[in-house]
Amino acid sequence: MGNSLPIAPVEHPWATILVLLVAAFVFGAIPLSLAWLWAKLYSPAKPGLQKNATYECGLEAKGDAWVQLDVSYYLYAIVFLIFDVEAVFLLPFAAAFSGLSLAACIAMLVFLLLLVEGLVWACQKGVLTWS
Amino acid sequence: MDQDLKTELSKHGIFATTFEELYNWGRKNSVWPLTFGLACCAIEMIATTMARYDLARFGAEVFRPSPRQADLMIVSGTVTKKMAPQVVRLYNQMPEPKYVIAMGACAISGGPFRDGYNVLKGIDRFIPVDVHIPGCPPRPEALIHAFMALQEQISKQQLTGESRPRHLKQELPSEFPVPEFGEHGLEPAQNDEVFHNPLKVLQG
Repeated sequence: MGNSLPIAPVEHPWATILVLLVAAFVFGAIPLSLAWLWAKLYSPAKPGLQKNATYECGLEAKGDAWVQLDVSYYLYAIVFLIFDVEAVFLLPFAAAFSGLSLAACIAMLVFLLLLVEGLVWACQKGVLTWS
Repeated sequence: MDQDLKTELSKHGIFATTFEELYNWGRKNSVWPLTFGLACCAIEMIATTMARYDLARFGAEVFRPSPRQADLMIVSGTVTKKMAPQVVRLYNQMPEPKYVIAMGACAISGGPFRDGYNVLKGIDRFIPVDVHIPGCPPRPEALIHAFMALQEQISKQQLTGESRPRHLKQELPSEFPVPEFGEHGLEPAQNDEVFHNPLKVLQG
């Protein structure tokens, strides 16, 4: 008896997905196209020199946006090490100087030498001169 | 659509509208002001946006920090002659349709600083103002009132016909000339296309 039943057309297992995909596309496309159509009719484009200009909080833009900034942050770091961090270490060094062993003294002098090198270098760079 | 017919229909439970009304209804409930304050009135403007007065009820809480996304310029405070070119340029950079509220005595006419050498005697000398609010400074309620008046204006704007707003008239330029800050104040001192000197109007 089963053979006499009407045979349904063979449906591809992915057909539903396809239908949903098309529906999703149309669902998004309709409002977008309506908005586009409305803008065409009732929102005519009126470009202008100032309207298209770069926004600079109302001021006129000057110069090129692609400028290279020479921050040289390392200079600040070196000067900070010399004048701030070094002082922090020098104070206990000076306080305990008489009781220090020779090895400790040499270690401290090496530390000082490293920073003095930095100071000389910063001096040569002209960082310490006010302009 | 005929107003009588509309009220008649609404009695029978039928709501009729036009595209124009629907469009204006949407527009008037999402006016985005430009983040922009000039003087003490700006403090009142800020208070208006906060929870106590809550401008968000009118769909205008989204203050945009760029003129590209703003519809409304609230000129809140004294416009100095140094600042006026920037204000006009910002107005020019806003996309249309755009609206201006002149908030407070200074923005309307220069207010208490009118006789100052460096104060612009009203922003309406350079850009078209839709709503003026008097006060020094106006209370937040006054700003809300002005905002509602502006909403009223927007809802009445027509998309077609001779009385359609400026931005729909293709022949009119989108920008207003920006004054230069010269040696003796602003040059030109006013934009005659926009500004109608009340004294001259009275004299005829």
